[in-house]
Amino acid sequence: MGLTIYEKIWDMHKIASDNDRDLLYIDRHYIHEVTSPVAFERLRIYGRRVRRPDLTIAIMDHNVPTGDRTAPITDPLSLEQMETLRKNAHQYGIMLLDYYSPYQGIVHVVGPELGLTLPGMTIACGDSHTMTHGALGALAFGIGTSEVEHVLATQTLWIKKPMAMEVRLMGRPGKGVMSKDVALALIGAIGSGGAIGHVVEFRGDYVESINVEERMTLTNMATEAGARSAIISPDEKTIEYIRGRPFAPASEEFDELAKFWRSLATDPGAYFHKKFEMDVSKIEPQVTWGTTPAMVASVNDIVPDPSSYEDRVMRVSVERALRYMGLKPGMKITEIKIDRVFIGSCTNARLYDLIQAARVIKGKKVKSGVRAMVVPGSQLVKRQAERLGLHRIFIEAGFEWRNSGCSLCIGMNEDRLSPGERCASTSNRNFENRQGPGGRTHLVSPLMAAAAAIEGKFVDVREFEILPLEEIVDLDLLEKLGYGWMLR
Amino acid sequence: MITVIEGKVAPLPIENIDTDQIIPAQFLKITKREGLGKYLFYRWRYDEQGRPKDGFILDDPKYSGASILVTGRNFGIGSSREHAVWALIDYGIKAIIAPSFGDIFYENAARNGLVCVKVREEIAKEIIEEALKREVYARIDLENKTLSYLGKNIGFEIEESVRKRLMLGLDDVGLTLELYEGAIKRYEEKMKSYIKIRKGIFTPL
Repeated sequence: MGLTIYEKIWDMHKIASDNDRDLLYIDRHYIHEVTSPVAFERLRIYGRRVRRPDLTIAIMDHNVPTGDRTAPITDPLSLEQMETLRKNAHQYGIMLLDYYSPYQGIVHVVGPELGLTLPGMTIACGDSHTMTHGALGALAFGIGTSEVEHVLATQTLWIKKPMAMEVRLMGRPGKGVMSKDVALALIGAIGSGGAIGHVVEFRGDYVESINVEERMTLTNMATEAGARSAIISPDEKTIEYIRGRPFAPASEEFDELAKFWRSLATDPGAYFHKKFEMDVSKIEPQVTWGTTPAMVASVNDIVPDPSSYEDRVMRVSVERALRYMGLKPGMKITEIKIDRVFIGSCTNARLYDLIQAARVIKGKKVKSGVRAMVVPGSQLVKRQAERLGLHRIFIEAGFEWRNSGCSLCIGMNEDRLSPGERCASTSNRNFENRQGPGGRTHLVSPLMAAAAAIEGKFVDVREFEILPLEEIVDLDLLEKLGYGWMLR
Repeated sequence: MITVIEGKVAPLPIENIDTDQIIPAQFLKITKREGLGKYLFYRWRYDEQGRPKDGFILDDPKYSGASILVTGRNFGIGSSREHAVWALIDYGIKAIIAPSFGDIFYENAARNGLVCVKVREEIAKEIIEEALKREVYARIDLENKTLSYLGKNIGFEIEESVRKRLMLGLDDVGLTLELYEGAIKRYEEKMKSYIKIRKGIFTPL
């Protein structure tokens, strides 16, 4: 019987078994300033070393300010966590992408874009969205701080083997529909716990047809269906995406490795414990109306009525969500007015996402009274976008053009919603208070966020003019900067 | 080391309680893991100015001293923050009963001695309904894998690795280093050329 890519990587990295758990070797360990300090503290208490500092990468992202990098950091707690990471990285000899590094950014954007994440790797990071890296064919796990400590000390992870789940996405998406819409529609269909205990493999002609950055949005959002991890078998697009990146293997080794990567793809006839299939051609642009990503509707739908749910717990959850969100049953999604727009996060802040938003923004103005910001996924994304002139499109429209970090997705820095403020956000979580106490989050794609910024309310982006790529960027320059894959 | 947990039950009749609700991100800015109990379910218990809000179930005197939570599906989904487990423990919660848990939360709990008991949805609903009406005490026996409540006694499934860790209070890191150092070394030796390729590319920018 054939094997899934996930089983192949698992078997390659399995060192030992004990009861229901296997001990896996971890090829890449990403750490950040929020979930690592206690792990280092305990290493010190027990007098343990970091086994493989050479396989560990430290990045500051969760609570870094996204304003002027020459300004002093005013939040003493953020500063303390950043300095603690700096100290730990220095003491244990770990490469650090510091706040001031030109390559700083959100760990799940930086790893793939620098070629630090490669197919076939096992990856761990103390962050639930680590499965984002699975879009390149790596097996990536979000872990807690005790596990961070375990990986630091042993370069291994004890883990119960999850089940395999196939999510087959078929068909061609309609105009204005991004992989974010597909992900939201999927979560709406299978629920917040629909993939708990499973490694989701995204397959099907839709997945093959989209580029690696769009794929990262899919694997990223699998987190919100409860997946243990998510993965996509590497193909020629994956290989082209990795080639030439700063930490990618040198050209003489590259072709050899690429052969190995291709061999990892899931075999025909591989067994999945669970299967789900979806036709993406029927999916419309999505907007969440509630306080979990599964509480989602098409842009032309209405806010649901709690009394339409038979299950009592569901009914109570929906009532509670609508109260928090300040929405009335039956109102049209397109009647919901917004105060803020956030284009950012590990879900949707790569160059492709920014270009998509710019296709709607160019030549238009942000609605008066709306505060809109772009927080690029990394300083490299920001720099490339600036070389392509994207920043001018956003700034002229009235967007803030900020520096990189997790920012308004988690509200650990100064970027927060005020109580009652309503935000169209390209991030991944609309949980109560997530973007700031009392803040109201609606998850959307970059295209939908851009359209909402202009109208000051949700609007079907398909009614907008979405400018062709060549009117946004110089295609030759795009190719020269290494983004030729966007044109093919 | 835990064999039996007995205590008063507090019901949280909500599903999909994510770790952002268990402890908001602003309290993750500490570099220690002690003393987080006061921030547990902070936004449900305090308003934006930090004033206590009425009506949160754990603040109801009826449930004071409760050490077992019973709740809806998918408890602890979302962010990987282990602070959620630390906050629950610091508050005095020893066990959580639910139909399902977020994967990372479940693992974090096992590593910190917080017992997560998975039960069928009807059982969780029954305990919630009863605990909303009157005082309910429960007993979780890890040795025999049984849950007792309201005079009933049912078995529950728990991974052997989780049960052993909870019962023996094992330090995973110490054990791995002691028992598997040889295996890790052999693996690194065997995979040297493969790991080396990846190490070799690791030149500073």
